Amino acid sequence: MGNRTIKVETLTRVEGEGGLYIRLNGEAVDEVRLEIYEPPRLFEALLRGRPLEDVPDITARICGICPVAYQMSSVHALEAALEVTVSPEIRRLRRLLYCGEWIESHGLHMHLLHAPDFLGFDSGLEMAKQFPDEVNRGLRLKKHGNQLVDMLGGRAIHPINVCVGGFYRLPTRKEVHKLIPDFEWGLNAAIETTRWVAGFDFPDFESPDCEYISLSHPDEYPMNAGVMKTSRGDTIDVANYEAEFEEQQVPHSTALHAIRKSTGRPYLLGPLARINLNRDKLSPSAQKLADEIKLEPLCCNPHKGIIARGLEIIHAYEEALMILRDQTLKGKSRASYEYQAGEGLSATEAPRGTLFHRYIVDKDGKIVEASIVPPTSQNQAQIETDLKQWISHVISNDERETARKCENLVRAYDPCISCSTHFLNVKIERT
Amino acid sequence: MGKPKLGVFKFASCDGCQLSLLDAEDQLLAVAEAVDIVHFPEASSRLESGPYDIALIEGSITTPHDVERIQQIRGDSKFLMTIGACATAGGIQALRNGADTSEFMQAVYATPEYIQVLDQSTPIAEHVKVDFELRGCPINQYQLIEVIQSLLAGRTPRTPKHSVCLDCKRRGTVCVTVAQGIACLGPVTQSGCDAICPSYHRGCYGCYGPAAQPNLVSLSTQTLKTGVSPAEAAHRLQNFNVSAPAFHKESQRLTDQAREQN
Repeated sequence: MGNRTIKVETLTRVEGEGGLYIRLNGEAVDEVRLEIYEPPRLFEALLRGRPLEDVPDITARICGICPVAYQMSSVHALEAALEVTVSPEIRRLRRLLYCGEWIESHGLHMHLLHAPDFLGFDSGLEMAKQFPDEVNRGLRLKKHGNQLVDMLGGRAIHPINVCVGGFYRLPTRKEVHKLIPDFEWGLNAAIETTRWVAGFDFPDFESPDCEYISLSHPDEYPMNAGVMKTSRGDTIDVANYEAEFEEQQVPHSTALHAIRKSTGRPYLLGPLARINLNRDKLSPSAQKLADEIKLEPLCCNPHKGIIARGLEIIHAYEEALMILRDQTLKGKSRASYEYQAGEGLSATEAPRGTLFHRYIVDKDGKIVEASIVPPTSQNQAQIETDLKQWISHVISNDERETARKCENLVRAYDPCISCSTHFLNVKIERT
Repeated sequence: MGKPKLGVFKFASCDGCQLSLLDAEDQLLAVAEAVDIVHFPEASSRLESGPYDIALIEGSITTPHDVERIQQIRGDSKFLMTIGACATAGGIQALRNGADTSEFMQAVYATPEYIQVLDQSTPIAEHVKVDFELRGCPINQYQLIEVIQSLLAGRTPRTPKHSVCLDCKRRGTVCVTVAQGIACLGPVTQSGCDAICPSYHRGCYGCYGPAAQPNLVSLSTQTLKTGVSPAEAAHRLQNFNVSAPAFHKESQRLTDQAREQN
């Protein structure tokens, strides 16, 4: 067999636009390129000179699927710059909002985007014809996530209620309590969904020597706060992330590639990384299910990302229920602040992994400089590394089948391409 | 006749508007029954080429390749409808239109030469004929379902063009400008979001773009009286619909005013 290329022109069932290009020399892999051709939107440049209050509204527009993550990282970073501390109630409500986004985003990815790969369908909509109960259950879970973001954020896509210091208005007790019956149903449904996906036929494949990184917090499953932990046993203060990680531009992608400076190697963020590093902080039902399905303590099979998402949905339901039931809604809706020149950075756990924001503001509250490092651009290099190994497992003379299996692996990471450009279609070339 | 063929296409955007279709959880499977979704990369690996009966277009045109792609999709489509502020007004990325795009690229990328972008982010209608524009950042999923249903039934879609103010009255939301002195774009912004922001005690920030016949000068005069500076008032119009003609014109006027004051 001579040299050849395999190309996926348009990666499907991912958020945003990209492709995959693979060049083979016989059975050896010459090159793998995850090609992100999503046009750059230049958010960091657009933010300069604007009032800092505009930032959560504008950065939400980086992504329609995970706007809450952009809002959370931005308000935390700006509050750090302004030296503002928020009340415990605001902090809990922010976790509640994040629960909504995880349920919505993971629910979408599990049922409509990823599960069809295991069951042999082109889409979740087509899968619904043979698996109506599972898809309808998934849509209902997704809807709960949206309802929660809608209640607290004012709108499911691009919420309007998040501001520096807290929220424009606190929800009423009636608005909060209304969700409880659905969430009680949803917790059980999420457990059933996760049992269902854990029974899928997973390829016997592990990421070679992958370093998993996520936030970690002594008292809680990581969402809005913590230090960064790695599966190599390192602890990194979020304030040092620019010293520890490096973004590099590559010609074939409008998204920047990230590596860890100390190892010169890629790393992986996201649900699998979070579960691997924080399993003991999962809610009781999620921990119980992780044990029941015998999930490895350090799971290195990227295809099992769907299980990690299921466990995080269970966690999100359980934590959301606790907050919905106990919410006393005391105090002010937001902390007040005075403008001061300063710099602030923050990382929170977006559905796809750790999302960094750093801002420099001036004494009049205007943005001088913005830096945003989304999880998908950080995961890209690891995805390419894994693909190189995966190809040897799936290579055949049927190029469409090889391309499809490569695309399956890419989808397992739930890449969010619009976010990362600031991606998917597979091309395989044999030369 | 078979089911109408639906294609969903994306240009520069956040995916939020096409997500609105997937977020219509209660109607999604019914829509998937009523039409044949033949091209929707975000949701399906089945990608058929045209012709399409209905094309939904999200995102703005920002690259030379996308200029060619929209022409191709237009040629393949019977009814072409834009969804969202990016496709109808250029989106938030149109903030670079009056600025130096190459400087913006240098601010974000170490090697901007690898990436080809146009200086302007433009709406779809600047490149091809558009049959219907659905506004919003993001669009309203109920309006999207209404437009698809009306197309299937062969009637005119019912999407209102009145201002957000009327929706506040209907919801019983007390006017945030009158009662609290909060600057609000509600009087000049098209309805569609159900007037959410004032119900959360903040002013409308214009996600749906200009309402029919908006009196922007009058609103600016009122806004400046509440102590907002001309530069701030201009910024308020310069976001997701910055290139919508009415918002663009008034934000330019306010910017000039701010310059004169300095």
